[in-house]
Amino acid sequence: MKILSTPRMERCIGCHSCSLACARLLHKHLSWDKAGIRIQSTGGLSTGFEAKPCLACDPAPCATACPTGAYSQRKGGGVVVRKKLCIRCGACAQACPVDAIYLDPSGEPFVCIHCGRCVEFCPHDCLEMVEVPVRTTGDESRKGARP
Amino acid sequence: MIRDHFRVLKVDLSTGRGQIEEIEGRNTYAGGSGLATFLFGRMGFPDRVWDDPEQPLIFAIGPLTGYFPLMSKVVCAFKSPYHDQYAESHGGGRSALSMRFADLDALVITGKAKRPSCLVVGSRTLEVKDVHYLWGKSVQRTGQMLRRLAGGSGHRSILRIGRAGENRSAMACINVDTYRHFGRLGGGAVMGAKNLKAIVIVGDESFELPAGKEYAPLFQKIYGQLTETSMMDKYHNLGTPINVAVLNGIKAMPCRNLQRTSDEAISGITGETFADRTLLRNAACAGCPVGCIHLGFVREKFSEPNQYLYRQVSYDHEPIFAMGSMLSVLDAFQVLTLLEIAEKEGLDVMSAGVALAWATEAFEKGLVSEKDTLIPLKFGDARAYAQAVKYLGAGANDFYRLLGQGTLKAAEHYGGTDFACVLGQEMGGYATGEVFFISQALGLRHSHLDAGGYSYDQKQKGKDVAQAVEFLVQDEKARVFLTSMVSCLFAREVYKEAALAECLSAVGYRNLAENIDSVARRVQKMRWQSRIKTGFDPESVKIPERFKQVVTWKGPMDANYLDSLRKTYAQRIQEMAKSEESSTA
Repeated sequence: MKILSTPRMERCIGCHSCSLACARLLHKHLSWDKAGIRIQSTGGLSTGFEAKPCLACDPAPCATACPTGAYSQRKGGGVVVRKKLCIRCGACAQACPVDAIYLDPSGEPFVCIHCGRCVEFCPHDCLEMVEVPVRTTGDESRKGARP
Repeated sequence: MIRDHFRVLKVDLSTGRGQIEEIEGRNTYAGGSGLATFLFGRMGFPDRVWDDPEQPLIFAIGPLTGYFPLMSKVVCAFKSPYHDQYAESHGGGRSALSMRFADLDALVITGKAKRPSCLVVGSRTLEVKDVHYLWGKSVQRTGQMLRRLAGGSGHRSILRIGRAGENRSAMACINVDTYRHFGRLGGGAVMGAKNLKAIVIVGDESFELPAGKEYAPLFQKIYGQLTETSMMDKYHNLGTPINVAVLNGIKAMPCRNLQRTSDEAISGITGETFADRTLLRNAACAGCPVGCIHLGFVREKFSEPNQYLYRQVSYDHEPIFAMGSMLSVLDAFQVLTLLEIAEKEGLDVMSAGVALAWATEAFEKGLVSEKDTLIPLKFGDARAYAQAVKYLGAGANDFYRLLGQGTLKAAEHYGGTDFACVLGQEMGGYATGEVFFISQALGLRHSHLDAGGYSYDQKQKGKDVAQAVEFLVQDEKARVFLTSMVSCLFAREVYKEAALAECLSAVGYRNLAENIDSVARRVQKMRWQSRIKTGFDPESVKIPERFKQVVTWKGPMDANYLDSLRKTYAQRIQEMAKSEESSTA
């Protein structure tokens, strides 16, 4: 199982191509918000950039918090999203410890599904899909698999 | 958002209120340059002075902004304090995408705020905040404080002015997101005159993608051209400063107030030297994977023992020319230090550097004294220039206040008009020959990017006046359509007319796609009409003597050729503006 990781964000130039690609290819929107990866400065443009990606938690607090099953645990970390089940309660975004879920003005959540389509759009190779072991029992097996 | 009209937010700073206007004319004016000049025609006052509170400050994006890579610029239009005529200045950063996602084709600001203010706009926001405590603060400090004041980190643009804008210097820029600018012709002073310290544009809306199957593969194709071919290498690699060594090598680099066109010690400030010694990293405008912004560092020892601070400064060919070769400051770190001071003051670095080059020669010749300059100016003396840039930003005395209104204005008062390096405004960093000089002197923005005169000089050997002027007119027309989209002009080799037609068609602007030439001609014409209606007389443009003394790889300038070009191009501009087609819908 692969997850999206952001190992080389020091190289980021702030072009937002990753966010725009995610919104365009996955969500069929022109947007830098409706995306599973979003970029901002780390505290002003002189400080470089950081990504706000899903860290592929397992167990994922957002999936645990989701009352309808719209978010369910993904093997390897992160969540499987079933949009039709979402009631736009926002519990997922509230539960996410790293602010990786964007709620649009109607309350619809957007999160990375680790498909990797953004990776090829990064001109500086900041992003990478990495293989992680699929958790079978407990958290111990996930050691060393964090991005 | 794809729509056949323009969605324009008009804000009156005197009341703090605004209104959304839906204005027809997409197929007629396209956007960007076309929309800006159209809006100036509707909302501007050609007969009133530039700082009349009712004069509009206009920001406009285009139909392709955000939909394709490098469609990442904004056109800013206003009546300029530099010449009290219609002016355009272009900037990037995050401003273009922020406007797109604020769902605004244009933002028009009128009126004057009662107190120093910050305008915050977004798709669901309009607020005029009192920020009197930021007045007098540097561009950097203002940016830092505004980050806390408005939400939307990462997806917003922060435009602000420094002291120069507050002081209404005609050389005041509008800083965009720290490293980009609406640099030229005094947009910063227009904000200052409106008591507008800053504008925050929050891009917080999203849109459905264009219907139809063409868009996705076309985006992919263009993205590939821009990132996988060598077309953009120049900008990504050394960036525009690659020109420094090239121009110096062909004796076309303006040095020492254009007394020379090359310098033996140029190696201290070439693009290669900047990259080897000072480059920290690249950055990009939002929506551009090329990343042409080059950030260098300066380190300063502020106390013993070994106590340092460091700063990051963006550099390009033009700033290096203006604060480097023109002042004979030939050390990369010294140039960055001067650029950083100009940035803090909110000065356009090109205008400031060229102005100080004139001031130095005037000082050497005894036309101005230390009483005027407050510090002895000497070519190569970076320490003196560091102080002089601050004096210029602050408008420290009568001399600096007048110099800040334009080098030629100071020269007319103190003497030395013959060596004022002014081509409509302070010259750009090219001494390639007659066609470039005329192109900038008469160009609509007085920018080297109005038309490729610098390139024509290098490629063409003959002196065919009609051919050269035809080139300028046609090249301007092509560029004016690009700046109506609004594309970065660095992408002009990718966005040729056929590609633009494909892009427009793919997002649903089929009418525009089929009429590129006629729309381009119309916008070109309208811009000249705006310029002339506000007082521009192309036939009265004078070329200072210094330009006629320039010697390049081709030899000395040909005064007759220069004069014929000037007359012929001026006539063509008059003809374009006089065309019968109305500038209103």
